Amino acid sequence: MTDITNLPGNAAEPRKHGSLLEKDARTARRNAAEKRFQVYGMVAIGIGLLMLVILVVNIFSQGLGAFQQTFVTLEVQLDESKLDKNGNRNLEEIKKVSTFGYAPLIQQAFEAKVAADGIETALPGKAMADILSKSAAAQLRDFVIANPDEIGKTVEFRFLANSRVDGYLKGRVTRESIVNDKNVTAEQLDFVDALKEDGVLAKTFNMSFITGADASDQRPEDAGMGVSMLGSLFMMLVVLILSLPIGVAASIYLEEFAAKNWLTDIIEVNISNLAAVPSIVFGILGLAVFINYMHLPMSAPLVGGLVLTLMTLPTIIISTRASLKAVPPSIRDAALGVGASKMQAVFHHVLPLAAPGILTGTIIGLAQALGETAPLLLIGMVGFIASNAPDSIASGLLSPNSAMPAQIYEWAKRADPAFYERAWGGIIILLLFLITMNTVAVILRRRFERRW
Amino acid sequence: MPVIWIVTFLLVLSIAGYVAGRARAFQSASGDVRQMHSLPGYYGYNVALTSLVPALLVLAVWLLVQPMLIESRVAGMLPAEVIPEGSNQSLVMSDVRRVAEGLDIAIERGVMTEESASSIRTEFTDVRGRLGEVGVALGSDVRPEVLRAAQAYRSMSSKGSLAMTIVVGLLAIGGLALAFSRTNKDFRARNVVERGVMALLILAACIAILTTIGIVLSMLFETMNFFRLHSWTDFFFGSTWAPNFRGDSDLSILPLLWGTLYISFIALLVAVPIGLFAAIYLSEYASNAVRSVAKPLLEILAGIPTIVYGLFALLTVGPALMKVFGQGGMAGVGWMSGATSVLTAGLVMGIMLIPFVSSLSDDIINSVPQAMRDGSLGLGATQSETVRQVVMPAALPGIVGAILLAASRAIGETMIVVMGAGAVAKFSVNPLESMTTITTRIVSQLTGDTDFASPETLVAFALGLTLFVLTLGLNILALYIVRKYREQYE
Repeated sequence: MTDITNLPGNAAEPRKHGSLLEKDARTARRNAAEKRFQVYGMVAIGIGLLMLVILVVNIFSQGLGAFQQTFVTLEVQLDESKLDKNGNRNLEEIKKVSTFGYAPLIQQAFEAKVAADGIETALPGKAMADILSKSAAAQLRDFVIANPDEIGKTVEFRFLANSRVDGYLKGRVTRESIVNDKNVTAEQLDFVDALKEDGVLAKTFNMSFITGADASDQRPEDAGMGVSMLGSLFMMLVVLILSLPIGVAASIYLEEFAAKNWLTDIIEVNISNLAAVPSIVFGILGLAVFINYMHLPMSAPLVGGLVLTLMTLPTIIISTRASLKAVPPSIRDAALGVGASKMQAVFHHVLPLAAPGILTGTIIGLAQALGETAPLLLIGMVGFIASNAPDSIASGLLSPNSAMPAQIYEWAKRADPAFYERAWGGIIILLLFLITMNTVAVILRRRFERRW
Repeated sequence: MPVIWIVTFLLVLSIAGYVAGRARAFQSASGDVRQMHSLPGYYGYNVALTSLVPALLVLAVWLLVQPMLIESRVAGMLPAEVIPEGSNQSLVMSDVRRVAEGLDIAIERGVMTEESASSIRTEFTDVRGRLGEVGVALGSDVRPEVLRAAQAYRSMSSKGSLAMTIVVGLLAIGGLALAFSRTNKDFRARNVVERGVMALLILAACIAILTTIGIVLSMLFETMNFFRLHSWTDFFFGSTWAPNFRGDSDLSILPLLWGTLYISFIALLVAVPIGLFAAIYLSEYASNAVRSVAKPLLEILAGIPTIVYGLFALLTVGPALMKVFGQGGMAGVGWMSGATSVLTAGLVMGIMLIPFVSSLSDDIINSVPQAMRDGSLGLGATQSETVRQVVMPAALPGIVGAILLAASRAIGETMIVVMGAGAVAKFSVNPLESMTTITTRIVSQLTGDTDFASPETLVAFALGLTLFVLTLGLNILALYIVRKYREQYE
């Protein structure tokens, strides 16, 4: 390594006489070292950015598939002799027909379609119907119970295809990969190809992924993010309602009023340490205090919100203090000069001027809380515990629910690769929320930030 | 939810108090603002806050304390022989709570009347069946003592709630009446309100302390329970981690600590060189245009939730490493037997930590005074020589602080290791093997069915406390180093 003390002209080395215009070997070496050093820096940044690109490309290439789903459009004849034997449209009697009773109708519908459109297949009706999701019969039953008047008529339905067929259309499942798969056969895939040709089966945008609830292990094609999104929403509501007022109040005290004494010191050290406590420790706190000690309901968004509030408070306090500090003292002096009390100066003048900064910090804190997973696992906010959207604010806060990141984790743990696609798709939704929140924060800052 | 109604009542009362207080102040000054001591709004706030704040505080404290008191009273009622072999009081108490809850639901649904719920006896009624009808499944038949305890629990709870409603309501109305009666034009309303607001501000600031106390106490008590059931020498100095729900487990932190530190070490091995060189380039070489693009882009990496990195490790990096080092892989070595490994988790965590190291170091390098660079460049040193021999030594304490902060993040990181590191606790130096960490074990011991009387569950609290102490120590050390260094140049 070259060393400044060893440069030419130093006593340690005899002076070489040469022209300044000629580059000697040592200068060349030092220049080369300089170049190398710069390249290292560029490579480092390059690696960082490359990782970002890989991550983003990976998320989108794997996850976009979840927004599309394969549907089969079929006309099903709602056979009166099977669904309502007595013909009196009595809802109680119709309800007695289980989903098994509806399966033959779907098989008949397939057979009719095959005959009508001249599709060649050697498959029996049951194997044809097996390309549909296990939810198809239940979908039919729900429809009939909701509209008993339609019994006896022929109604068009859009059924979900099962995850193997869906994977086949998306290229995840191939004829080679199903050799040992009991769920689907090569003949069924031939049949799927024929149906696709015929326009009966098609891949379209899947709204129920965004609005639906999680589904069981057997039906990845039916799983959606909607309910866990509501869980996250209710948690964020709790976080916002609690952490904004408490955070702002604490910051005002520490920044504007606190005398320099031991209590203030302890609070300051505490806040900066809390900001660095691992999130899982907050989960343990939530489990021990909110659930074991206070007996709040397990898995409730209220508890999740409380835990995340404690986690976000330090972030909000730190950013709020920074924006309070940015308001110049002349504002306070002017207010005090015309006779305002200290409290009035802060609440009437400093706080409104700091508001955009506080809001920006709050949004960033909320975005952080939205993506947090570990503490939620400990208080039981895992997937597949809420099958329906909550019907009121109280039940939204207190009934068991999941949250977006916890739902994604749950899907990633399951065995069927069809769930991985859902997990990546869920991440796209989560990231869209985060990007929106951060963009709003940046715009707010650009729009309202004042330089004094 | 009666509590929501109480709160609504308090809010409505305080709004009414505001209007009334303001009006009364105006009246006593015969409508002339100049005769009042304070602005008219302050009289209103005074009445509103005096009625609202004490009532709310009492409500909060009551909600915290009542379950505790009832719990201990009811637990005292249970005779010792009710507690079956191999069970303990807290399990029986949770049965009691479930039965009480079930009775509540049954009344709500109209299956039972209030009267029958408090008078039924297991001798005459199939309580389990009745509760099963309303969707409260009980593990075993309800014993008479448990049912009686549950009924006592219910009656105490309802008495307590009634008393709470009355006390809180009276307090709110009393506060309102008091403040209202004191309202006249000479009353120093502003001073009183400001003192009250100040108290609230201090209270809010103390929540940070309360949180820390809560963290420490919640883990400390359970950790002490754990050490009562399990020897602490085995926890700290044993060599095997083998939880076993039949009891008699080996629960030692050392293999977990090894996994944690190994993964953190690999993560830092990735993050520190990349982050440091990126910081040097950004602060010493990059043009403004490059800096304004590259810095925020790098910082996006820090804003991505860890679940995304976890998924990336589990589904992308792990399988990719398998393709290289696994059986029949490109390297042809077959060293790796599964996608989860120390290297998988370490690499991904390293990516996550790059912006952490780079932005902190960037700030620190920027705070080295320009005069030092100018001096070095003026003596003929090249820019890289200046960075290496002048800027870096000056920034070194700060950079060490930044690396320590990054290390503390790595040790406490959960989702990446839960998804990428595996579940095998062992001492091994092969980075392609799967290993487990402290945070992973906390998650696995505390999710699912947890029994707070078994050492296998309680060990999670001891692990959590160790983790807390470890990261806290690193943070304090890092902040100390950074602060000490800052004093030199400012």
